[in-house]
Amino acid sequence: MAKIHVSTTINGDAVEFLCEPEETLLDVLRDGLGLTGSKEGCSSGDCGACSVLLDGRLVCACLVMGAELGGCEVETIEAMAHGDVLHPLQSKFIEHAALQCGVCTPGILVAAKALLDKNPDPSETEVRYWLAGNLCRCTGYDKIVRAVLDAAADMRGS
Amino acid sequence: MAKDTDTGADTGYMGGDKELKWVGTRPPRPDGVDKVTGRAKFGADFYVPGMLIGKVLRSPHPHALIKSIDTSKAEALTGVKAVLTRDDFGDRSSEFVPAGEMMVNYRDIVRNVMAREKALYEGHAVAAVAATSNAIAKQALKLIEVDYEPLPHVIDAVEAMKPDAPLLHEDMITDGVEPAPTKPSNVAKRVEFTIGDVEAGFAAADVVIERAFDTSPVHQAYIEPHACVASVSEDGQAELWTTTQGHYVARAHCARLLDMDISKIRVTASEIGGGFGGKTVVYLEPLALGLSRKACQPVKMVMSRDEVFRASGPTSGAHMKIKVGATKDGKITAGQAELIYQAGAFQGSPVQPGAMCAFAPYDLENVKVVGWDVVTNRPKVAAYRAPGAPISEYAVECVIDELAKRLGIDPIDLRLANAAKEGTRAAYGPKFGPIGLVESLEQAKAHPHYQAPLGPNQGRGVASGFWFNIGGETCASLIVNEDGTAALTLGTPDIGGSRASLCMMAAEELGIEYDRVRPIIADTASLGYTFLTGGSRATFSSGLAVIEAARDVVRQLCERAAKIWEIPTDAVEWADGTAKPAGANAGDFEPMSLAAIAAIAGKTGGPVVGHAQINAQGAAPSFGTHLVDVEVDRETGRVTVLRYTVLQDAGKAIHPAYVEGQFQGGAVQGIGWALNEEYIYGPDGKLENAGFLDYRIPVASDVPMIDTVIVEVPNPRHPYGVRGVGETPIIPPMAAIANAIENALGIRFTELPMSPPRVLKAIDEMAAAE
Ligand code: FES
Ligand code: FES
Repeated sequence: MAKIHVSTTINGDAVEFLCEPEETLLDVLRDGLGLTGSKEGCSSGDCGACSVLLDGRLVCACLVMGAELGGCEVETIEAMAHGDVLHPLQSKFIEHAALQCGVCTPGILVAAKALLDKNPDPSETEVRYWLAGNLCRCTGYDKIVRAVLDAAADMRGS
Repeated sequence: MAKDTDTGADTGYMGGDKELKWVGTRPPRPDGVDKVTGRAKFGADFYVPGMLIGKVLRSPHPHALIKSIDTSKAEALTGVKAVLTRDDFGDRSSEFVPAGEMMVNYRDIVRNVMAREKALYEGHAVAAVAATSNAIAKQALKLIEVDYEPLPHVIDAVEAMKPDAPLLHEDMITDGVEPAPTKPSNVAKRVEFTIGDVEAGFAAADVVIERAFDTSPVHQAYIEPHACVASVSEDGQAELWTTTQGHYVARAHCARLLDMDISKIRVTASEIGGGFGGKTVVYLEPLALGLSRKACQPVKMVMSRDEVFRASGPTSGAHMKIKVGATKDGKITAGQAELIYQAGAFQGSPVQPGAMCAFAPYDLENVKVVGWDVVTNRPKVAAYRAPGAPISEYAVECVIDELAKRLGIDPIDLRLANAAKEGTRAAYGPKFGPIGLVESLEQAKAHPHYQAPLGPNQGRGVASGFWFNIGGETCASLIVNEDGTAALTLGTPDIGGSRASLCMMAAEELGIEYDRVRPIIADTASLGYTFLTGGSRATFSSGLAVIEAARDVVRQLCERAAKIWEIPTDAVEWADGTAKPAGANAGDFEPMSLAAIAAIAGKTGGPVVGHAQINAQGAAPSFGTHLVDVEVDRETGRVTVLRYTVLQDAGKAIHPAYVEGQFQGGAVQGIGWALNEEYIYGPDGKLENAGFLDYRIPVASDVPMIDTVIVEVPNPRHPYGVRGVGETPIIPPMAAIANAIENALGIRFTELPMSPPRVLKAIDEMAAAE
């Protein structure tokens, strides 16, 4: 089948790509565009390792078809730091040792940022339920939740 | 297992009074920025120009003869560059070699990598293809014609032990039984560990409790699926990038399976997205190399999550009988266990370490543990965090709790009264050195958690755990750069922050700033053989190597200073990161920093590089105690973990945040094992929950904060006192939670997982009985 031509915006840049009809946004990012920060843990929407923002909404990139992206804006982990300045969540994850292997980390950071964009002062429970779609097998979530709460406090300037 | 035979050169414990600048602090990890920005390259993140995509055809049958495989149609498909079947692998003789904490047999590995006479489980690899695209590779799999003759299958280990059970291996004669059986069976091995006389021990007991327990197989469930890229050139030189806990071990397996020289295979370990033991074995690597060798093009292979569940891992499920006797005043007089572990399709369950660990936390005179290793039509088990121990210790720790209740003794006091300590001889042989079980119990008892009030339907549980920890072959090199910074070359893949602890030890020894040490994980051609990251050995063994390499550097720096000052080398000492004259008689010279010596190293003999190549000895076991509070929902059977505290001996925490992380991560994996995780098979022998939706690991909203207490009883065989810490934390949770549920409901569960349907059923049965 012929490939589909798509024009979209990824991390603020205009991007054009050709994709197979069955390719997902995650395939396009990783295999097509070399943006391998988004990870594939399951390709069924169950692990959250592929979390990205699509027009500002948190989605699993493995559940979005590449061909649907025309005119959309996609934001991935690669756009989270600005220049050499890390996002406070990124700094706090390092400071709190909130990653062990780190494979869940990009997805969790993208998801956590989406939370803080909506709710700058979440409770522990809100953080836990918001991140319930992001599996981490290494940390037991303790340090992740603390890092998110601490980043939120920092960003509120308290 | 660690055998305390030989001491490392001069690497004994330095004592706790030395002031430490880095060890014990919490600096940021060197690879932190790479991992929070998405820059870090994991197994599936490698792309090579001209790369083909490799895919595996897997058996749909749990047990079937493979009468023929016809690949001609697949090979004829445009875009298919190579196809592999059993015919591409030579047979291997039966020979056991160590891999991590388990033994492997090449006769079996070659058959697990690619089915030979029979498919032995659903998901067993039967053929592999490499093609120019994913779509073509998938299409090619459909064109491969396999003529199967389905055979009766057996999933449960007890069923598999019956004389008329379907036989997986027609030549399997049970090992360890006298006289040897004359007929083959599914029982690969019997192991036994005995001290004293259990019959006499039970005769001396006032109370004897005997219980049977069942556990389900659970998967390591690392978030990153297996993935690799292999590239073999026309002259047989091979490059392999793979996500593995041990790239030297992977190299050895691949060389053996593919008849290649070790020097021809250069393996680079990618960043690894979790392993927990499951990435100590090879699945895709020999296939990718084999396909690339045929195609003379690079081949990338990545497992789907479905394949990860069906064809890799998990750990054993088990059936166990535990019997413990004690006197009225709480002295345990005998412990006995029978352990049946299912190994999956090939022998080699972790029943041996399970048997060794079962009663290891206790100082007992009479112990008898018998274990059985049984094959079934399931994927071959792989190591999972303290392989074998969580299963047997779960069962024993439940019985200990019941004993405490029966005797009216506090469960921590009962454990304290019988706890192993320095000098205790374990049932499996050795005498313990200094260990921290008593400390972990005492601190648990004193912890506010243990006194906190409980509400209705809530209960509290306690359990302890033990794991050996290992050392083994390890290399490291430490390069002093011209500007006084250093490059640290390591051979243990960093699975959870070990780069940080290893750089901290290098900085501590050299007396330089932590951020001046840059670590790399070397490929197999750049550093000598280093055993894998597993057995809680990375920080311990690579740590010893780093310390030795750093001391080699310091020796050389002192030599250089001696040369500059024209005094004897032994008149120079290293202190506070500088070379100094060793005393008044040595002369009056300005101390020289590492940077100052490095700047003129070219004039004093060339670059300064320290090396260590060791077989790390003296790994010390780690004991821990967990406290947990649960609440049971009587309407749904759901168990909620309300509060959790891990108290474990780390010897010395180099980077306490990563030690806490090991405690927390292990505890939460244990919570999953206790409450939800299990492999579910249909009567057709097929796995019914091969995905994260149905195989439910704990998510953030399932668990509370996990409090940690790092107990530090130094390991006398390590300069800073380090013990491995990574595995012990997964041992106590299952029993601690079972004990807490019993405390809440008065119902003793003897089967894992204690999932809502099972708990609800028991609650309903109790209500009906009342
Ligand atoms: S890869 Fe998309 S949710 Fe797991
Ligand atoms: S840090 Fe490994 S999965 Fe989260």
